[in-house]
Amino acid sequence: MSNQQKHWEKTRSLLFITLAIWFVFSIGIFLFGAEMNKVTGPFGYPWTYWFTCQGSLGAFVILIFWFANRQEKIDEEFGFSEREDE
Amino acid sequence: MKGNFIDNLPKVYGIYTGGFIGFIIIMAIAEQMGMTAKAIGIAFVAFTVFIYALIGYLSRTAQADAYYVAGRQVPTVFNGMATAADWMSGASFVAMAGGIYFKGYGYMALLVGWTGGYVLVASLLAPYLRKFGCYTVPDFIGTRYGGNLARFSAVVVLTVASFTYVTAQINATGTIASVALDIPFQYAVYVGLVSILLCSMLGGMRGVTWTQVAQYIVLIIAYLLPVFWISNKMGAGFFPHFMLADEVARIGELEQQFGFVKNAAADLKTVPKGLAGITKAHSAVNATPWAFISLALAMMMGTASLPHVMMRYFTTPSVKAARKSVGWSLFFIFLLYSSAPMLATLSKLSLIDPSLPTGIIGKSIAEVQAIDWYQNWNQANLMFISDFNGNGTVELNEFFMGGKAVVLATPEIAGLPYVISGLVAAGGMAAAMSTADGLILAIANAISHDVYYKIIDPKAETAKRLLVARVLLLVIGFAGATIAAMEIQGILGSVIWAFDFAMSGLFFPLVLGVWWKRANRQGAIAGMLGGLAAGTWYLVWVRTGGSGFLGITQLTFGIFGSAVSLVAMVVVSLMTQEPDKATQKMVDEVRIPSGRSILGKQH
Repeated sequence: MSNQQKHWEKTRSLLFITLAIWFVFSIGIFLFGAEMNKVTGPFGYPWTYWFTCQGSLGAFVILIFWFANRQEKIDEEFGFSEREDE
Repeated sequence: MKGNFIDNLPKVYGIYTGGFIGFIIIMAIAEQMGMTAKAIGIAFVAFTVFIYALIGYLSRTAQADAYYVAGRQVPTVFNGMATAADWMSGASFVAMAGGIYFKGYGYMALLVGWTGGYVLVASLLAPYLRKFGCYTVPDFIGTRYGGNLARFSAVVVLTVASFTYVTAQINATGTIASVALDIPFQYAVYVGLVSILLCSMLGGMRGVTWTQVAQYIVLIIAYLLPVFWISNKMGAGFFPHFMLADEVARIGELEQQFGFVKNAAADLKTVPKGLAGITKAHSAVNATPWAFISLALAMMMGTASLPHVMMRYFTTPSVKAARKSVGWSLFFIFLLYSSAPMLATLSKLSLIDPSLPTGIIGKSIAEVQAIDWYQNWNQANLMFISDFNGNGTVELNEFFMGGKAVVLATPEIAGLPYVISGLVAAGGMAAAMSTADGLILAIANAISHDVYYKIIDPKAETAKRLLVARVLLLVIGFAGATIAAMEIQGILGSVIWAFDFAMSGLFFPLVLGVWWKRANRQGAIAGMLGGLAAGTWYLVWVRTGGSGFLGITQLTFGIFGSAVSLVAMVVVSLMTQEPDKATQKMVDEVRIPSGRSILGKQH
């Protein structure tokens, strides 16, 4: 397998991990919205309510920065990161 | 100042922010000295619009890459701010807290959808399209799939989606301008339009970028300051986001105590159009999982397909910067979106809690009718009470409010000085203007670059191309304003439709263009036109009394459209020849950050 194929393989698995986490916070937890809302969550808000107000939103912000760092590492590993003069 | 403009950005915007805060303080002092509320409103809107116009003028350019992609040198964090302003429309600013106030959980799917979409933008699209080096989204489609028909189909989808969106934004600038400047709406729409065009005409993307950063600063101050102030004034907590659990619980208790009484149809007829009562629980789960998830999903896929957002990431200096910039965009959006539910909570509690001095439920009708702010907002057609049961006191089901009032009236109800209301008007104006600018530019650039330059006259000189781009900007702006002046549909409804149109036609052709090498021209054209047609058909069908299926409503028709788009694209691609070697190699090149971009710096 060429260097570029390996790079793409790793990039793709990072995508799947990222989308899996995204799925949990955007769709997965809201399948159980009614049940989860009965439980008190962070700062005393009901769990589901807190996720729609802050939790999921904040998780997305962290997820994107995490994803960007991981992807940069993958690019560096295979020598595909951009040079400054490009 | 030493050094070039880009290096000095933090200093420039630091001074600007300081200046704006200084202006707020001067207005506050002027209010104490007797400046009228109306004069303060005019001063706020006029002053901020003047600053934006000045930035627009200073950013004027005669170069294609500056006009189309701001010279590709916008730093990560600043591009994040510009995207946040581009993204948060008049609807986010003025209507979102109101939607949460009235509809609760079912509506909050929009909060999740309008933020979660950025994960898709960052991981599936933005870095790859940046590497591609395109000027516009159809530029990517046209080059990746090849052929004028593919390019033209992308322009069609883009125009339908963005134009639906932009009329709502011009409408919002008109609404705010007409209130703040006290002129009729039909004229205010054009005042709004002129302000919008001042930012984009001369500098194109460069002008829009630097005004959007300035607009973000105004709108975020205008949103957060009242939320913190009201929360502190009510004694609800100095950092509302972490401290309103008791208030949320208290609203739940009061809802139990009052009960949601259903009004008779005849009584509801007497309520002015556009106003609503509190009929849904504040923090309870009041929607089925599918209703919530389908709306969130439609908004997320729409986010990743809307060209005015995507093209912001064409302006970063590198692929790496494009990825990080998506994170910053969402961070700046998060600041406002996470505050909207807090504002809704504070607003609702201050109105319905009888133990608070501002609470009106349980007071006598005559007493409430004598309150100053009630009279003001009743006159503005945003508040209404009526004694349906004839017992002389205001009940929960006898109090009605417009969605905009949550943002616009809460500062006044909580007893904040008028300077805050002026600030909020300036913030709403900034939010609506920045989005309208991004959208008009997206449409005008697609038509001038992809239709005029790439299809009609590929030999046109830069000067002529930019002239065409600017003329189109004017034409599209006026067309949008003319339709906005007719006031056909509400602000929020048309915003949501825009997402559905965009995802119907563009989501899979864009994503598969990067992630599936086998995708070819025929498939992409089938995906774009088939998806758009299917989505549009579904919308028309449901609007004209169709029953719909699978719980897909007129707000989520993009789910049907994009499903058709995916199937059409895959089936047609597999039935026709695979893309040639050169195209496959191009896709390989797009997938790695290093090396030259596919399209040249000037093209």
